[in-house]
Amino acid sequence: MTLTAPRDELALVDLLDRLLAGGVVLAGDVTISLAGVDLVHVSLRALISSVSTLVEP
Amino acid sequence: MTGEALYVYAIADSDLAEAEVAALRAIDDGFINVITEAPVAAVVSTVDADKFSASALRENLEDLHWLEGIARAHNTVVSDLARQRPVAPVRLATVFVSEDNVREMLRTRAQDFAGALDRVRGRCEWALKGFLITGSVTAKPSGSTESSSPGRSYLERRRAERESRNLQLESVFAEAETLHQRLDGLSLASKRYPLQDRRLTGYRDEMVLNAAYLLPEGEPTELRRAVDNGQSQQLRLELVGPWAPYSFATLE
Repeated sequence: MTLTAPRDELALVDLLDRLLAGGVVLAGDVTISLAGVDLVHVSLRALISSVSTLVEP
Repeated sequence: MTGEALYVYAIADSDLAEAEVAALRAIDDGFINVITEAPVAAVVSTVDADKFSASALRENLEDLHWLEGIARAHNTVVSDLARQRPVAPVRLATVFVSEDNVREMLRTRAQDFAGALDRVRGRCEWALKGFLITGSVTAKPSGSTESSSPGRSYLERRRAERESRNLQLESVFAEAETLHQRLDGLSLASKRYPLQDRRLTGYRDEMVLNAAYLLPEGEPTELRRAVDNGQSQQLRLELVGPWAPYSFATLE
């Protein structure tokens, strides 16, 4: 078994698993394509709904 | 559109003091601030609104280099904070136009956030990845007969190799599944992630398990022992942690 502390250089894919599929989010799932590979499900709609407040403050 | 926006990293209990976040490094070397609406608080920093507009984000998220910078900065803030207190990490690249909007979000969803924080209080996450060890194929093709034609013999050999590999994949997936069930029993909660593509992991070995387990803070003795015992000639395991509870501080 290999044990790595997250403080060391984390694999970006592992980080993205969590940052794009985990965490507190509002709704909706869209798959974004990374390097031509469907890897992560990013909640683009939620993301955009948070961001849309930028347009009309 | 120009100006500043607020990037939200995490939600914490409202007793979070500015002093606790003063030393954290934010995206683009900004400063971390705390916006409090009891019983919860948001951990934020000021970012360039142009870089985080809806259209800019759609492009930027496809830029692996940009994405990596944001992801690492985001994770640093979240994990530094998670070592001090319970946090509910927020999904990457969540941006608000003003402090008022953040406050309104905190007020509207206070119950949800408090619930998410309670689910991860005193707990942390461990990640487990399992791989089929390349070249560990042991099963010999059955009934390999000498054929009179070399071409036919080649095709038969290829077919037998394929069958043997499929059988092994089946058996290693079953091994991983059994192990996951055991680990799930040792954990407060678990979550499966889609298997990562080899083009992204950079590993030669094929992934057969990608999962996260929620455990009390501290040394995960039992989990580690079960993982050690779960390894085999064909199954390689990597346990990584502790992580901030990304997979479990979610809103139901």
